[in-house]
Amino acid sequence: MRNRRAVILGIGGGLGALAFTLGLGWWRSSGAVSSSADLLPVPISEMDFDLISHGGERVRPADWIGRPTMVFFGFTWCPDVCPTTLSDISGWLDDLGPDADRLNVSLITVDPERDSPEVLADYLSHFDPRIVGLTGTLSEIGRAASGFRARFEKVPREDDYTMDHTAGVFLFRADGRFASIIDYHEDRRFAVPKIRRAMQ
Amino acid sequence: MKTQIISTLILMAASPAIACESTTFGDLSIANPWSRATIGAGRPAVFYVAITNDGASDDALVAISTPAAGRPMLHETTVTDGVASMPHAMSIPLPAGQTVQLAPGGYHGMLMGLTAALKEGETFPVTLTFEVAGDVTVNAEVLSLRVEGPDCETDGQ
Ligand SMILES: [Cu+2]
Repeated sequence: MRNRRAVILGIGGGLGALAFTLGLGWWRSSGAVSSSADLLPVPISEMDFDLISHGGERVRPADWIGRPTMVFFGFTWCPDVCPTTLSDISGWLDDLGPDADRLNVSLITVDPERDSPEVLADYLSHFDPRIVGLTGTLSEIGRAASGFRARFEKVPREDDYTMDHTAGVFLFRADGRFASIIDYHEDRRFAVPKIRRAMQ
Repeated sequence: MKTQIISTLILMAASPAIACESTTFGDLSIANPWSRATIGAGRPAVFYVAITNDGASDDALVAISTPAAGRPMLHETTVTDGVASMPHAMSIPLPAGQTVQLAPGGYHGMLMGLTAALKEGETFPVTLTFEVAGDVTVNAEVLSLRVEGPDCETDGQ
């Protein structure tokens, strides 16, 4: 409990880009102690971010209210987890059929340095067209992640870098209340029923 | 998702499915080498394969190399407390009598420094270095960015 409060205070405390980047190591080690159930995403109505879509449109939390929402954090330089999740999501949208048109579906990049709206548009053209890519400044991405209780961290590699990031798919009801998470290693058969429950 | 895999299969059926082939190398059998198409050459690509050790003693995959990439490595995707990361795998154990998958969300070959973009339908050679068995080269087939793997068992379903 004490742990959880410390983490939440930490999030509310200062979310400048620098704090976000440097603070993550600490934040991460705190998160490892508390179970994910201790840190549920806040309702979309209480989130605060200002991002830009791959089509160049401004997207804020209020824009999502009124429709069920599915969100995944990732980045386009990610060769394994992200294409797998995006193809999963594309498959789920196929399975949902026309109902899927009622969903907001977004990939929020954790790598705004490389993922411009144009880069996201190019990448997402390979997946279901209903998936909207979102990018923005590092601090806005950080504000978005904090609302979802999602985490990301830049990991330097030789002459390159990669990103560690929360890999689950977040589901919210139409009124913005958090519904559930489809965990990365969860049996994919449970995904569509979970999405349908969030859409009820 | 099933329909997606099946429709992908139909598209692939026209060409010989290299991703469904299997190579025997001593006690090892190496099946389904595949990769995903990349956008440009700037992003890393992946290499997936299934390796069965039919021998009586353990082996390990310790390296991969390919003319397709300057810096190929072995990685393992791990999810800890919901956060995915891809640490370098020094060695992938191949216990006797077992099959080990390099597959989405787990062990994978990470192909950095691509010499050219990987295009769907192409193949490229990958040399696998085993601790005991030595080197063997297989051809990996490049599948669509959206696919989750080759579907090689249509007859059985
Ligand atoms: Cu990797």
